[in-house]
Amino acid sequence: MPVSIAQDGTKLWQRRTSRAEWLHYAGWFALLLLFVFTWQVMTRDTIWAFVLDAPRQAADIGSRMWPPRWSYMSAVWKPLWDTINMATLGTLLAVAVAVPLAFLTARNTTPSARFVRPVGLLIIVSSRSINAIIWALVLVTILGPGVLAGILAIALRSIGFIAKLLYEAIEEINIEPVEAIRATGASPQQVLAWGIWPQITPAFAGISVFRWDINIREATVLGLVGAGGIGVNLESSLNTLAWPQVTLLLLVILGTVVVSEWVSAKIRHAII
Amino acid sequence: MSAVSRRWTPPPLIANPVLRYAIYGGVALYLVVAFGTVELNWARMSEGVVRAGRLFAGFLQPDFTSRWDDIQAGLLESLTMTVTSTIVGIILSVPFGIGAARNIAPLPVYAFCRAFIAVARSLQEVIIAIFLVVLFGFGPFAGFLTLAFATIGFLAKLLAEDIEDIDPAPLEAIRATGAGWWQVLVYAVLPQVAPRLIGLSMYRVDINFRESAVVGIVGAGGIGATLNTAMDRYEFDSAAAILLIIIGIVLACEYASGFIRAKVQ
Repeated sequence: MPVSIAQDGTKLWQRRTSRAEWLHYAGWFALLLLFVFTWQVMTRDTIWAFVLDAPRQAADIGSRMWPPRWSYMSAVWKPLWDTINMATLGTLLAVAVAVPLAFLTARNTTPSARFVRPVGLLIIVSSRSINAIIWALVLVTILGPGVLAGILAIALRSIGFIAKLLYEAIEEINIEPVEAIRATGASPQQVLAWGIWPQITPAFAGISVFRWDINIREATVLGLVGAGGIGVNLESSLNTLAWPQVTLLLLVILGTVVVSEWVSAKIRHAII
Repeated sequence: MSAVSRRWTPPPLIANPVLRYAIYGGVALYLVVAFGTVELNWARMSEGVVRAGRLFAGFLQPDFTSRWDDIQAGLLESLTMTVTSTIVGIILSVPFGIGAARNIAPLPVYAFCRAFIAVARSLQEVIIAIFLVVLFGFGPFAGFLTLAFATIGFLAKLLAEDIEDIDPAPLEAIRATGAGWWQVLVYAVLPQVAPRLIGLSMYRVDINFRESAVVGIVGAGGIGATLNTAMDRYEFDSAAAILLIIIGIVLACEYASGFIRAKVQ
């Protein structure tokens, strides 16, 4: 433990040696410099008059937004149904692809650690790096606007998420039941079904439900780029400056998110 | 013993048979209804196959050069936005996280911080960005505010849960020496949560970068705006280049954060 001697000869406890202390400060200073530099680059084109005007704008929009237009609710049910379908079907599709992908990628179940595993990891990373809304942007251009683009966007983003968590769960399994099953003369498929799968079922169910919950949240905004669901109404209400409708839509989205979170928490609690 | 099957079958996931079949039936019914309401426009989709082919070709032969100026500007905005919003977000999330931990914050502060976190977490980044663009004008400043706000919601919640889970013994020990609230915080709470806070912050860096690509779609600056333009112009090879850059940077962030987390934990 670093100790320094005070002027009157008593020993003072210190957390770090002075060299470590200086390095520590240098690190913080470098971070500060980085912040100031990036801040200046970022705000180079910022028009501060708009920024200063923000409180007035907020008050103005706030007054326009209230009260919500409840009568618009009748037009929201169908898109809301589409939104939930996009999330659910997208999650199911993702699960269908992610499960085999996870088994091909996990170090202890992959057929070839040298060739198949890197490909699997690449697919997982690519899928995870791109947000659902960006996948939707791409898919809407390819497939045209609609729910299908939304489902595929949700699925493409979720494959990486589910597969990553699942292959990590597979790599952490207990090897003994697997060996025991193998010792009975089971085929590789039987080992998979009776040795590995039962061990990861809780993780698998938890991950899927958790992703479904996230997907409901994401599906509400996919319509902003044309991929169907309640976001389409949000987009058109914003474009026509129909603020009372925007308020209603935000309340609906908030309600849906809260309910889906509650459902997912209940299910996960029941499983695990 | 009559002819009872001696074949073993694994116990079902849901023990109650009535509930089990009700759930199976419900799921099947839902799937049929849900697929029924998905409208498929086959003509439009067959047209899409050609474009999908072009996009795929774009991935194999991405065009980094012809829109390089736009890509560079967008990337610069995204990266600066990521750095500033993460730093500001972390700094602000610490007081919110401490305020939202029941074991060290008084009840009114706790209620306020929890409510703030709940709002910050339940709103999508894109929706926040739409509003902030309306309030603060187009450009990365609105994006920066969006990401900083989202970072607070994310980090403060996890930090609060972490603080609530800490070992109370050091807390008592420091308190027993006559330490004040600040000293308890610095010497008992912070050392216990710091490694995880650093890990979560690193994780948030790559979330913020990914999100910075999204907020651009609604006008809050960053690489998303560039990507949106490229898609609108049907320039799939430029779009593919942008997507590949995003994937590359996220990969680098993830690798770096894994490295740093391994060092601090």
